[in-house]
Amino acid sequence: MRIVFKTDYMQDIRPWKDGYQLGLYLLLLGLAVAAPWLIDTFYLGELTNVLIWALAGLGLMVLTGHTGQASLGHAAFLALGCYANIILIEAGVPFLAAFPLAGLITGVIGALIAVPALRLHGIYLAIFTLALSILVDDIIVLTEPWSGGVSGKFAPPINLLGLEIDRWGTPDAFYWLVLGVVVIVTLGYINLLRAPMGRSFIAVRDSEVSAQAMGVDVARTKTISFGLSCMVTGWAGALMGLYAGAFNNETFSVVISIELLMMIVIGGLGSIHGAFLGAIVIGFLPQFLSIAKEYAGALFGGSTVAIPGLEFGVFGMILIVFILFEPMGLYGRWLKIRTWFELFPFYRKDMFKRQKSYLKTERLR
Amino acid sequence: MDILQLFVSGLANGCVYGLIALGFVLIYKATEAVNFAQGDMMMLGAFVTIGLTNAQYMGLPFWVAVPISIAIMAVLGYLLDRFVIRLMFGQSQTAVVILTIALGFVLRFVAGLIWGHDPQTLSNPMAGREVRLGELVLGMEDVAVIVVTLLLTFGLYAFFGRTRLGLAMQGASQNQLAAYYMGIPVKRIQGLIWALAGAVAAVAGILFAAKGSVDPSTGLLGIKAFAAAVIGGFGSLPGALLGGLIVGVMEPFAARYIAAGYSQIAPYALLLAVLIFRPSGIFSQVRAKKV
Amino acid sequence: MSLLELDNVTIRFGGLTAVDGLSFSVDEGEVFAIVGPNGAGKSTVFNLISRFYDPDEGTIRFDGHDLLKVRPAGVAAYGVARTFQNIELFDHATVLQNLLVGRHRHRRTSLLSEILFTPSVRRQELESREKVEEIIDFLDLQPYREKMIAGLPYGVRKVVEVARALATEPKLLLLDEPASGLSVEETTDMRWWIDDIRRQMGITVLMVEHDMGLVSSVSDRVLAMADGARLALGTPEEVQSDPAVIEAYLGKAA
Repeated sequence: MRIVFKTDYMQDIRPWKDGYQLGLYLLLLGLAVAAPWLIDTFYLGELTNVLIWALAGLGLMVLTGHTGQASLGHAAFLALGCYANIILIEAGVPFLAAFPLAGLITGVIGALIAVPALRLHGIYLAIFTLALSILVDDIIVLTEPWSGGVSGKFAPPINLLGLEIDRWGTPDAFYWLVLGVVVIVTLGYINLLRAPMGRSFIAVRDSEVSAQAMGVDVARTKTISFGLSCMVTGWAGALMGLYAGAFNNETFSVVISIELLMMIVIGGLGSIHGAFLGAIVIGFLPQFLSIAKEYAGALFGGSTVAIPGLEFGVFGMILIVFILFEPMGLYGRWLKIRTWFELFPFYRKDMFKRQKSYLKTERLR
Repeated sequence: MDILQLFVSGLANGCVYGLIALGFVLIYKATEAVNFAQGDMMMLGAFVTIGLTNAQYMGLPFWVAVPISIAIMAVLGYLLDRFVIRLMFGQSQTAVVILTIALGFVLRFVAGLIWGHDPQTLSNPMAGREVRLGELVLGMEDVAVIVVTLLLTFGLYAFFGRTRLGLAMQGASQNQLAAYYMGIPVKRIQGLIWALAGAVAAVAGILFAAKGSVDPSTGLLGIKAFAAAVIGGFGSLPGALLGGLIVGVMEPFAARYIAAGYSQIAPYALLLAVLIFRPSGIFSQVRAKKV
Repeated sequence: MSLLELDNVTIRFGGLTAVDGLSFSVDEGEVFAIVGPNGAGKSTVFNLISRFYDPDEGTIRFDGHDLLKVRPAGVAAYGVARTFQNIELFDHATVLQNLLVGRHRHRRTSLLSEILFTPSVRRQELESREKVEEIIDFLDLQPYREKMIAGLPYGVRKVVEVARALATEPKLLLLDEPASGLSVEETTDMRWWIDDIRRQMGITVLMVEHDMGLVSSVSDRVLAMADGARLALGTPEEVQSDPAVIEAYLGKAA
């Protein structure tokens, strides 16, 4: 185990533990930047998709993982970001302005929605956001003059400072655009977490009463968290729209909302890594299943007909296994494996043991 | 008379919502967990009965199949609790919610594997028969739905309010540790509740499949039933039924009198309004947490 | 000079009058203890001062301000910090992070500057850490600095809660049963810490406590309560020998 002796407060404040860790992350970033030269176009497209989902995951992670407010309706904000972006571009706003604006609009609307929603606790908030997500479908149909309704909209190729970027025409450039957005958002997220606002999110998640006693305005903190979460989700939605090329009222269904929440749970709630790990699972599960099916078909001579609902079935099972046996998600599992190697042979099984807890009612009678 | 006809058909639909909502509330009342898979359990209950009754499957007589499928669903509910939910003992509500959503995915997948994805109806002795009350013509199924739902709701209500077991169940939900100290077998009670919820889901499924067709995604109806439960106030059995009826009756009226496109919004708009203005529903129970 | 003044404070929950016309004042620099049987309304008094509840009648003044005009989250900004009877820490954060949340009332930076982590945020973080480090030193929490709360023993959590309250740099510290659940040694430590908090840091302490040994050894004045009302007020010796107090604790026959 590498033990870092701290001799300076900055060692605590900066986001990496030591030079070794920083080096690893820089290497990872380098690989990510070089990806267009390393993998073929198909997998680059998949990787782009994973990054977009990771971005949406980061958005939801702020709210659910760090502020403790579960949302089952974030597809609504994906939709909002997506439509805002395309409508602005169609109105002649250059992409460089339209894209940030799309996120800002989504964030502001999210924060406005948060004001009544965040008085609701736990499960009630989940229901509220679920209802929002269901309503979005109908609202898109009703606002047809702007949204194109059922027939949907097509994403035009975007123009970034004279550079024409298109998902199909210039997949490399589109990938770098997505990567850039993801890196910027991740850095902002890391900064937030080491600053007072990020800590007050965690405080609200873990104990609202004592957060309040420490001078944290719970309602305001939740509203800010909701706003930030929606802003990032809006950006993810805008990129999703550009990636898909065409979308309509059914693109951002309630199933996407649920999938997004499940994704960050599988990845690991309360960690930035979790959003990325979850996105990798979501992004590559279909590929993995089709390969597994072909393999099983070859092995047992069975047919390779598509099994409807297989993806969701498997996804559900993975999630159940994780919630039951690894509530900290993939990231939690990774931490355990790493600790095992670092401490070998002194790892004890109960090192990450969960405390036994009893549920106490929140309702009084 | 037209309005009355609309009202009654809405009432019958509302009863099915109410029954699913009843399942939500049962589990919530006794364990403070929210079972998002309740709608899917209803769907599964319907398919189990279809599998037992319909000619292309086992072809058992309807009245034999009904108790068997109720029993199967009760056992399934118990097993779900015993092998899945119980591992979550004492964990946060949100974790249980996500778990049950995932469970719903799995149930939908399994039902699709066994019975396929085409809509199917349950062959039953009530099909096609009518009841005439003056000028009012009611489908026999609709009447059965309404009667069964009312009996079930008030039966359960009495059970929770009057019997020792029912009171123990309530106690177990409000403070698990204290209930332990009082000698209430909290875990066994939780299992019983899930079995009960499974049985209620089976009844809802049978009634639903008798009225119309089911396919694996029918379980998503659970979301609407969920809205019903919230509108009625989570934690209250008659409230759940009332919420279901409100949503059920609202739908045909909204479809008739509100412009298309807006009408399907109505239940959810009501849900949002209730959540904003009266977050604890019509029968309020939730107050601030004590420090 | 009195720092905290409660005047004729009453609060009812439904039919139950939890605090009934209670008046007392806490002087600057003293350790003031509230004792009384369970259900006497001691914790309710704390929750009233923290503004979790609104009293039905009466006034609460702190340091010349009308506390009833302050939002619940604003109480900390006036210099009132507290601990909780059942420990309310941020379980999935480290000890250090918990203490840093205590610095929240001194936050001067904006959201945008924090996302960019500007030099001013960095300076503020350094300052916060210096203060927090002093408190970690003061309460001997160095071994637990980077540990998650969820894995800590009960006694340590109790101390972390006091540390978090101190990190706000309060004028008045409310301790809700600081010694409950602690071992004899831990209680002795707590006794010295409370003494030091008052002497070295100059913080006024108001505490609710059942352990009469602790109460009589550290407090200057004691308020005995029963049924939400004042039973006796005075030095620990005076209160302990007060007939009304003896009666409330031991019953009439004694």
